Amino acid sequence: MAKIKTIIDGIEVEVERDSWAIDVARELGIDIPTLCYHPALGPYGACRLCVVEVTKSKWTWLATACDLPIREELSIKTNTPEVIRSRKMAMELIMARAPRAESLFPLAEKLGVTKPRFKCRDDIGNCILCGLCVRMCDQIIGVSAINFANRGHKRIVTTPLHKKADKCIGCNVCVEVCPTGHVKTLDDGSFRHMQTWDADLEMLHCLICDKPYIPAKQFKVISDKLEGIELKRICPVCRRKETVDNLRYAVVEKVS
Amino acid sequence: MNNIQEKPDLTEVERIIAKYNGKDSWLVMILQDIQEAYNYLPEPTLELVAEKLNIPLSRVHSVATFYSSLSLQERGRHVIRVCDGTACHLKGFVNLRDEIERQTGLTEGQTTPDKRFSFEVVACLGACAIAPVMSVGNDYHGEMSAEKIKDVLSKYK
Ligand code: SF4
Ligand code: FES
Ligand code: FES
Repeated sequence: MAKIKTIIDGIEVEVERDSWAIDVARELGIDIPTLCYHPALGPYGACRLCVVEVTKSKWTWLATACDLPIREELSIKTNTPEVIRSRKMAMELIMARAPRAESLFPLAEKLGVTKPRFKCRDDIGNCILCGLCVRMCDQIIGVSAINFANRGHKRIVTTPLHKKADKCIGCNVCVEVCPTGHVKTLDDGSFRHMQTWDADLEMLHCLICDKPYIPAKQFKVISDKLEGIELKRICPVCRRKETVDNLRYAVVEKVS
Repeated sequence: MNNIQEKPDLTEVERIIAKYNGKDSWLVMILQDIQEAYNYLPEPTLELVAEKLNIPLSRVHSVATFYSSLSLQERGRHVIRVCDGTACHLKGFVNLRDEIERQTGLTEGQTTPDKRFSFEVVACLGACAIAPVMSVGNDYHGEMSAEKIKDVLSKYK
C-alpha cells in the first residue's frame, strides 16, 4: 500500500492511502469532537462537529474529518479560529434541535455554546438525527427495523409506516449508540419493551440461573448466523462463571 | 373509509415492479409509477414493493416520505400546488395561499371531502419568470393574483 505524507497540527505522519483523517488524528491523540461518527460504520458527515481546516498547495477550506479520505499530501489543522467558529455554530444548531439533551451539555459548553440563539424545538424529543441507530441497525445488525422519514425540519427517525417495529429483534444497539438517550428501552421480567420503536419482545431465560437475559428473536438471529454451532442459552454472568470454573478445574488437574 | 384504502388491487403494482425487473435501484421510479396509477401510495403497495424488491420496508418508507411529490395520503383528483419559492414568495405567495384556502376551505396538506382538490405548498415550481405561480394537476398558471384564483379553480371538476 502506498504511503502518503500528511501534516496534522504540525505533526508529520505517513499514512496509508484512503485513511480517514479522523482516524489519523485520533491515533495521534488529537481531540476532535464527533457525534455521528462510529469506527464500525462508514463515513456519514451529518453532525458537522468534526470540521478541520485543510490546506492543499495554495487552497484552504473547511472539511469534515470523518469523511475526509487522505489521498494526497494535505496539511490539516484542527484548532484554528475558523474551525472553532464552525464547530460552535454546528453545536448551536444541534442544541436548538434537542435543547433538553443533557448528555450533550458538557460538549456544548466545551465548544462555547450555552444557549442557542435559534428557536428551540421541543416536539421531537432528543433526537439530533445523527443516524447512528439507523446505520447500526442496518449495516451491522442487518435488520433495518428503523429509518428516517420525511425531509427538512420534519425529518425524524421512526419505524416503517410509524407502526410497531415488527422487524426489531430487541438487541438494544440503538439504545447504546444514541448520543442523546433518545432511544428508550425497558426490561420487565419476561419482556423487553423497545419503547421508542413500539416493539415488545419475549425474553428467553438462562438455563442455569433462570433470569431473562436475551430476546428470543435476537437469540434466533445469532443462532442462525452461527450456522450449526450451538449457541448455549446461558446468560453472560453464568457463562463467565462457567468459564472460570472450567479454567479452575483445568489448573487443578494440571497441578495434581 | 373507502375500498381503495382497505384493499387496493395490487396487480398494477406487480406489473410496475416487473417493468423495472424488480431492481431496487429503480425504487423512486417504481414509487412514482405507483402514485401515477393509484393517485397516492397506499400502505399495502409499499409493503409489496419492499417484499418484491427484497429491501427493508423501513427504507421504502424513508424514500416514500422524502420526496414531496410522493404522497402517503389519498389525494384529490386535482392537486393544487402553490409556489413559495423565493421569486413567488416576493411576488405575493401569501395572497395566493390565503385565497386558495378561502376558496377550498383547505390548509396545506389537506384534501376536500369530495376528493376534488388537494392543496400543497412547494418551494419553486421551476417557472420563476412568471411568478407568482401555482399549478393544478399538470397545468401551470403563471402571473397569478388572488382575483384570478376562483376562475382557475372552476375549470377543474
Ligand atoms: S435516535 Fe439517537 S442514535 Fe438515532 S438518529 Fe436520533 S440521536 Fe442519533
Ligand atoms: S463526526 Fe464528522 S460530521 Fe459528524
Ligand atoms: S420561485 Fe416560484 S417558480 Fe421558482
